Amino acid sequence: MSDILRIENVTKRFGRLAAVDGVSFGVPEGSCFGLLGPNGAGKTTTIEIMEGISSPTGGRVLFRDEPIDRRFKAKVGIQFQSTALPEFITVKETLELFSSFYDRPRPMDEVVELCSLADILGRDNRKLSGGQRQRMLLALAIIPMPELVFLDEPTTGLDPQSRRNFWDLIARIKAERTTVVLTTHYMDEAQLLCDRIAIMDRGRILDIDSPDALLEKHFKGVLIRLPYDGCCSDALSGLEGLVMRDDSIELQTEALDRSLKELLAAKVDLTGLSIHKPNLEDLFIKLTGNALRS
Amino acid sequence: MVLKQFRALFKARTMEYVRDRGTFYWNLIFPVLLVLGLAFAFSGGDDKLFKVGFVGGPDPSVRLLGMEQVQAVPYPDAESALRRLARHQIDFFVDFTTSGYAVNEESSKGRLVRELFLAQLAASPGGAAGFSETSVVGKAPRYVDWLVPGVIGMNMLFSSLFGVGFVIVRYRKNGVLKRFKATPVAALNFVSAQAASRLVIVLLTSAFVFAGTNAVLRFMMRGSYLNLLLLTVLGILCMISLGLVFASRMRSEEMANGVLNIVTFPMLALSGVFFSLEGSPAILRTVSRAFPLTHFIEGARAIMLDGAGLAAVAPNMAVLAGLTVVFLAIAAALFQWE
Repeated sequence: MSDILRIENVTKRFGRLAAVDGVSFGVPEGSCFGLLGPNGAGKTTTIEIMEGISSPTGGRVLFRDEPIDRRFKAKVGIQFQSTALPEFITVKETLELFSSFYDRPRPMDEVVELCSLADILGRDNRKLSGGQRQRMLLALAIIPMPELVFLDEPTTGLDPQSRRNFWDLIARIKAERTTVVLTTHYMDEAQLLCDRIAIMDRGRILDIDSPDALLEKHFKGVLIRLPYDGCCSDALSGLEGLVMRDDSIELQTEALDRSLKELLAAKVDLTGLSIHKPNLEDLFIKLTGNALRS
Repeated sequence: MVLKQFRALFKARTMEYVRDRGTFYWNLIFPVLLVLGLAFAFSGGDDKLFKVGFVGGPDPSVRLLGMEQVQAVPYPDAESALRRLARHQIDFFVDFTTSGYAVNEESSKGRLVRELFLAQLAASPGGAAGFSETSVVGKAPRYVDWLVPGVIGMNMLFSSLFGVGFVIVRYRKNGVLKRFKATPVAALNFVSAQAASRLVIVLLTSAFVFAGTNAVLRFMMRGSYLNLLLLTVLGILCMISLGLVFASRMRSEEMANGVLNIVTFPMLALSGVFFSLEGSPAILRTVSRAFPLTHFIEGARAIMLDGAGLAAVAPNMAVLAGLTVVFLAIAAALFQWE
């Protein structure tokens, strides 16, 4: 599958700070590409460079192997992290306004159907709830019949129900073979939606691959987690794949049976022990060295 | 395509304005109330002195000009004196160069001074020389007649500067502009639609204020409505362009508010909205020539009170048009979505 969009060695400096520091990757056509990272990692700066909204200090952005130009704007749909909508006009009027900006906009009925807006068409933009607002902003992003949709933290601040609804909408857009690029700091969201993930921190890409391949590469077997009260550190220190934290220990193992026996032999209190298959959250902590700074 | 975008943006902005009830009614009602209030406050209280204009002379045998109750005002030519006479700014006029005098038949003070003048003439030895009479007619403009163009101008100034300047800064701050930037809409098209919407709004508001105050006060309108309309459109365009200059870069509403107030305050003070600048220091009058409001108000007063034609207000219109071009050029050079 060829890349619809590629960024090469992109850098963005604000004064002496490099918000994005020499980043390169490609977005395969028809895929859902996730940019993950804690707040301040450079996700928004990176996605806005990809959108053509801000220009990089160095490096370049290629759309179908060509530098992006004026026509690019008509081919992509964008949902910013925070956008106010024009006030005093209704959802329907806003959709009409944005439809007028494009040569061949998506038919209104289709937009309304895709984004479940039928119930709120007559509502003033100011009176939308968080979830309705995100649906509305997504609608504005898909009006141009985009080849590529950018979503910057689309579900931040939504309640769990609204998040799930929103994921359904994104799944519908993916089903149309539209390429989706999204940033998020929710690992469950990335795991569910994304075909390919770039994990980013401090302006750099730490790793990039499909979620499964990333997990396979960084974790062998399962994770044993256990509350830790400070005892028996001598006996534990011999165990392979052990990570000590302030109040817990973590043991990554391919041989669960043997590891459990070793823990018993070390006379550790096994109350509160949990075993789970590593997920992106674990990977994230492993790569960035800290929990989500959110 | 561009036209389709323009129409949609124009419609959206206009609906936004009309539906913002608070601002909408305030823009309509406030100026009307202001004119009515000031008209009430300044009714009556005329100057008690007789003012007599003269050209040439003066001949000491005409005792009128030396009287304690009379203020004698010299004029360089008869024409300007007669214009003042028609507007009741002077009560009587004596022309020593042609041995004539003039009176405004609609002014009772003027007719009284004429009796005095003729009586004094008859009593004096050289009275036989004889003066011929000219009469002019013209109603005295009241303070409100003079005030209405000022208040309409002030309303235009606020509505144009804040309605375009402040709103675009707010759009920039809360991300609406960024959202538009992400579409194929050109900045010029977006800004033109904003300006056009505001032009129509301010024009209609001004017409409403004009009609509303006129319904109560029946103020003076001597000139052509078409000329007044032309001048008004130019005035609004000029002030909107000024608003666009401020809207081109700023991203803080507080900052925009402060700057716009700093700009509007001297204009209100020095453009002769409420009081004439005649007799104020030359430096202030010079500064006021740079303000679009001065030229609109001056032109509107000339049309409404003097019945001035297009040629007479052409200098004002030229300045407004020139400033508009300059402001638009600056705004276009500075404008940034973000």
